[in-house]
Amino acid sequence: MSDINKEWDFIIEPKGSMFNLNLKEVWHYKDLLEMYIKRDIVTFYKQTLLGPLWFFIQPFFTTIVFMFVFGGLAGIPTDGIPQPLFYLSGICLWNYFSESLIKTSDTFYTNQAVFGKVYFPRLIVPLSVTISGLLKMLIQLFLFAGVYIYFLSKGASIEINRYAFLFPVLIFILAGLGLGFGIIISSMTTKYRDLKFLVAFAIQLWMYFTPVIYPLSVMEGNYKKYMWLIQANPLTAVLETFKYGFLGRGSFSWFALGYSVIFTFFILLLGTWIFNRVERSFMDVV
Amino acid sequence: MSDTAIKFENISKQYRLGTIGTGTLSHDLNRWWTINVRGKEDPYLKVGQVNDREAKSTSDYVWALQDIDLEVKQGEVLGIIGNNGAGKSTLLKILSRVTNPSTGRILAHGRIASLLEVGTGFHPELTGRENIYMNGSIMGMSKTEITSKFDEIVEFAGVEKYIDTPVKRYSSGMTVRLGFAIAAHMEPEILVVDEVLAVGDAEFQKRAIGKMQDVSNYQGRTVLFVSHNMGAIEQLCSRAISLDKGKINLSGTTNDVINHYLKNNSIVEGKIIDSLKIHNHQITIESITINQSPNNIIVINPHENRLTVNIKGYLSEGKKMSLEIRFYDQLEHLQMLFSPGHLYENIKFFEKGQFEISETIVLPDSLTKNEFKLTIDVTRPNIEKLFSFRNSVKLICKGIQGYSGLEFPASNCGLLMLR
Ligand SMILES: Nc1ncnc2c1ncn2[C@@H]1O[C@H](COP(=O)(O)OP(=O)(O)O)[C@@H](O)[C@H]1O
Ligand SMILES: [Mg+2]
Repeated sequence: MSDINKEWDFIIEPKGSMFNLNLKEVWHYKDLLEMYIKRDIVTFYKQTLLGPLWFFIQPFFTTIVFMFVFGGLAGIPTDGIPQPLFYLSGICLWNYFSESLIKTSDTFYTNQAVFGKVYFPRLIVPLSVTISGLLKMLIQLFLFAGVYIYFLSKGASIEINRYAFLFPVLIFILAGLGLGFGIIISSMTTKYRDLKFLVAFAIQLWMYFTPVIYPLSVMEGNYKKYMWLIQANPLTAVLETFKYGFLGRGSFSWFALGYSVIFTFFILLLGTWIFNRVERSFMDVV
Repeated sequence: MSDTAIKFENISKQYRLGTIGTGTLSHDLNRWWTINVRGKEDPYLKVGQVNDREAKSTSDYVWALQDIDLEVKQGEVLGIIGNNGAGKSTLLKILSRVTNPSTGRILAHGRIASLLEVGTGFHPELTGRENIYMNGSIMGMSKTEITSKFDEIVEFAGVEKYIDTPVKRYSSGMTVRLGFAIAAHMEPEILVVDEVLAVGDAEFQKRAIGKMQDVSNYQGRTVLFVSHNMGAIEQLCSRAISLDKGKINLSGTTNDVINHYLKNNSIVEGKIIDSLKIHNHQITIESITINQSPNNIIVINPHENRLTVNIKGYLSEGKKMSLEIRFYDQLEHLQMLFSPGHLYENIKFFEKGQFEISETIVLPDSLTKNEFKLTIDVTRPNIEKLFSFRNSVKLICKGIQGYSGLEFPASNCGLLMLR
């Protein structure tokens, strides 16, 4: 087998390895990946009237609405963190996850014209969505940083600590879960197109099971019975750790974070397996 | 290293027919509910369709290719011919890795660039320029390589003026030109071209064939070329295979394969409309007749010399359209062309909605006894093909007769008897 591999540049066979993401091949196509990322970002702000400013407007106004509805009307406490900081951090992280998931979830369907005519590692497309979303989130975190400095100068009791160094791990979990769930669902939407709406709805609900608009401590105090549900949610640890590291409030546990990381690996593995299967048969059934 | 560029080993491809579901979860749930819970009929069956699950299950699968064994040498230009549905496109799709083989394997050297269908892999929203870069890197080129080829590509495709226009505004002719130009200039070790060139105008086809010749002769690259145009295959290919129902039924020198194919592929009696191929989705065709008959075998008796072609259909957008009819002889050589759009300047504009094209051809009254195959295209002259009826009509000409009723067969007398 090995000498055949040496002699031929490539071999086309009915089935390849099922758990292989073929990252080497993706690397070979890095120029294409870069173009897809650029396209994602450029088309995003080309479509809006306000251009790149739109990156900030969305989290800004969502924060204001959250302050009014959840902070004001509903009176949900924010662990002593200034409301804008509390909501803004939640919104940036949550939006990254949910947008990655929703956008990758119809990869096959929206790209069928291209997939049917040329070969390149299909993973490039969901990967580019995940990376361009990450860039967007990092840009939005500048807004967070600005607001952060403002409250710091006003003497708010927030402090950054060494747990902030876990930020790359948090990014890995968010990106991994968004990508993993996204490609799993994208494989299912090849059969059922309307699943997309169900997914959008499910994500909306999911947010309420994640400490985005409330801190974990409130849940623990009032609804102890349902805590297991929130704790089973792999995103809980991400939001709590972020707030703990950058704002010094909330809770942190290595156990919860470890659980999220393992969960992420599992979803990525499962996603890869399903994606590889569908990638091979999808073009025959459209 | 051997000089074999591609090796197909026992390649087969099985397709599953029929829709597995209705495509949406709500429909499938509704169907399940109606059939199994309420005990009613399948609500998504089309009117007049019979629910024959048993009959279907036996023919649920189709073999598009079976046991293909084939070696292509480096620098060879291989022509692939065969009827519609023979499996030509499937073979190229597997080689291009767009779909997987069901059994067997392919071994190959080098990069493959392929042009499988119109608009190969273009992003409709992106401009021509962006698509050149996108497509180039899909074919495995680096950005600097693409930049160095960029001007050549644009010039070959003749799209200078539209290079910053989204490709969704390109005509199908332009799209094919651009797609071909990219594929051919990417210097792939293997170039794969399906029938798409037929969409371009004659001038472009000639240039494309010239380019493919260069690519193989001077650069030693391998080309796989599918076409119904026997002239093009003859001119370009050093070797050919003929596919029939998913199997290679002949492989050999181009001439042998073409002759064999033509001998076994005379037009069988049927309707002209069955050979319809639409290249533009804004058109639907309702009927086509020649001399008021929808049938595809037409006899022209001595002293008759008129052919009236009538096409009716529907346009979802107003268009200029013109008829082009090509008369091929038994050996598939082009003998005559009827194309008012090229001959006269004014090309008729058809409004959106119902349309009717009607043209009467006056044949020379001194044609010899001959048999022609007709290909009928409706085009925007020199821009694009809108739809065509390929090899659609057998025209039997009884031909001019001598004073005692003597016949003059074309094989002895040529196309025309001169006066
Ligand atoms: N996606 C598909 N699903 C089911 N059958 C298909 C599909 N694509 C092609 N086929 C069938 O496979 C056979 C070969 O098709 P194709 O390779 O397109 O032929 P050709 O290019 O020679 O006209 C045909 O019978 C066609 O109906
Ligand atoms: Mg075909």
